[in-house]
Parts: sequence; C-alpha cells; structure tokens
Amino acid sequence: MATATCPSCESDVALDAASRQHEIVECADCRGELEILSLDPVLLALAPEVEEDWGE
Amino acid sequence: MTRDDGVRSAEEFANELPPRLAVIASRIAVEEKRILDELDRRRVPYHVLDPRTAVFRLDRPKAPWSVALAREVSHHRNLTVARVLEHAGVTVVNSAAAIALCGDKLLTTLTLQAAGLPVPRCLVTATPQAAVDALEDFGYPAVVKPLTGSWGRQVARLTDRDAAEAVLELREALPDPHQRITYVQEYVDKPGRDIRALVFGTEVIGAVYRVSDSWRTNTARDARTLPCPLTPELESLVTATAAAIGPGAYGVDVLEDRDGRLLVNEVNHTPQFRGAAEALDVNLAGRYVDYLVQQMVRN
Repeated sequence: MATATCPSCESDVALDAASRQHEIVECADCRGELEILSLDPVLLALAPEVEEDWGE
Repeated sequence: MTRDDGVRSAEEFANELPPRLAVIASRIAVEEKRILDELDRRRVPYHVLDPRTAVFRLDRPKAPWSVALAREVSHHRNLTVARVLEHAGVTVVNSAAAIALCGDKLLTTLTLQAAGLPVPRCLVTATPQAAVDALEDFGYPAVVKPLTGSWGRQVARLTDRDAAEAVLELREALPDPHQRITYVQEYVDKPGRDIRALVFGTEVIGAVYRVSDSWRTNTARDARTLPCPLTPELESLVTATAAAIGPGAYGVDVLEDRDGRLLVNEVNHTPQFRGAAEALDVNLAGRYVDYLVQQMVRN
C-alpha cells in the first residue's frame, strides 16, 4: 500500500494496491476529493471542481 | 506462451497488438474503476483516453481503436470525443447521437413524446420571462431545469408566481444564452422516491427506488437505494424508452404519480450505478462489460 500527502491538509493518504491513475479518492482527514495524478511516483492533486455540464 | 518449437501463439501476437478498446474518461470514479477491473479480469486490453489531454488531428481521421466506451463526466467533452471517434470509424458506446439526445432534456422529451411514451407535462420558452407568464396557464407547482446537467443541480421547484419570478430572474442573469432557454416540467407529486432502471441493449438489468426526504431524489444528493420490482409495466416502459433513444446502455429515471402512473423523467447516457449496485444482487459492471463486449464482437 502506497501513501502520499494530501495537497490540502498535508495528512497521509493511503492508496490501496488496486488504485488507478486519475482515480478519485477522499482524504480521510479533511474529506477533500483528490485525483491520483500518477502512481509511480504517487502524486495527488485536488480533484477538479464539478463543472456545469458534469453528470451522467 | 511461446511453444517449444519457438512458434508464437495467437494469444502472444494478440497481446502485442494495440488495444481495440478505448475507455473515454478523465475521472475514474467508482463506476469506471469497476468497469476497468472487470475488463482486466476478462483480459480485455484497453486504453484509457483522457479527453482533457486528447488531441485529434482532423486531417488524419484515424483512430487505433474499433470500439470506445464513453464514460467521460463532462457532457460536452464526452460528446465531442464521441463525434470525432465516430468520424474516424470507431463504434462508440453510447453513440454520439445518443449522448446528444440524452444530454439535452428538451430533445429527450421531444423524442419520448414522439414515441408515445408517458412523460411529465412540459413547456419550453426561449426566455425566462416568457415562462413566468406561461406558468399561469401551465399551473403550479412546477420544476425548472437546465437543459443540460445532472445530479439535481440548478433544478428548482416553483411553488407560485413569486417563486417563479425570483428563480427565473436569476436564470435571466446567467451568462450562457443556453442557460436562458427555460425548460419547465409539471411537478410530479411522487411518493418520496423515484425509480432508476438500468437497460443495456434490449435487456432491463434491474431497477432501484431512490428514496429521499427531499423532493430531489438523486443518488448524488444522498438518496438511499432500495430494490424495485421489475413489473411488466416498468420493464416494458424502460425497454420502449431505450428503443426510442437508440441502441445503448442507459439509466432511465421514472416517476410514479399519485395515481401510480409511470412517467419517464430523464434518460442518462453515462449511467452511474453505484447506488443501484448496493441494492441489487447483480454484478452491474459485469453486465455493462457484457454489453460492451457484444459491441466489440460485432465490430
């Protein structure tokens, strides 16, 4: 299991082995939505804000 | 595996070929992850195509894939990539036409109504002000919705003229002219829930109730999901809805009115199924991939 630093609150965020690039994960401490930018090295960024045309 | 005589197997050659399948997605949410996991489990190779960084040369209309699964969260990005890939000969699931149709509530309503399917009464005006006047005759309460959008965002219930004037005045001030096209539905007094049915191809895979204390019963607004029996009436309505839209995999939202009548509210072209998966004893990602693989076999 890899860990990375939350770009918002700087807590450690644990990623499971099945994590994927561009997956959205949540920081357990600040509840912020994060995007996994890369897996090797593990790099997190704040997930993009919801845009008007997002949906299903 | 290479044979003892040094001759390489068909599987070995296949593994070296570029994937035939593209998965169009920038944001890997629960549904996309489950779909990718299912593809991995079946050893179906794929390429994740991120629309945020994709570049398409229109003077070289070629794509290395034969089939693409459109799972992009942004409607306009999804539609644009689907259109360009189709132009390059790729079969996109769902098609650009289906994305365009379902992504516009006006087009959806017109299509369903033309097919004779039951939908809530609806009016459309080119300006918000015209809707205020028309609502006197149409009747309150009513619901105003953006033509494009999901998850119950920017949807407002208009209980009377005062509420209509306040909400529609705000819509008048929105910067995008598209947002000023005013789509109003009758408010359907549903029993604290709506129905989300999933239909892949011609098969209705399952349905759930989305239960909420709020009149907006979107799962994105924390509605709870419970199994919904697939009655012949519901199954036939959902199948007919999918047939009216065209071949594809859809999430069909159905309202029940106080008389128990079923009305098709919306059709979702990139259906989320996290909530449904919690309530149904069905591998929804697996069934989604079954449908996708069928399209790959045909192409």
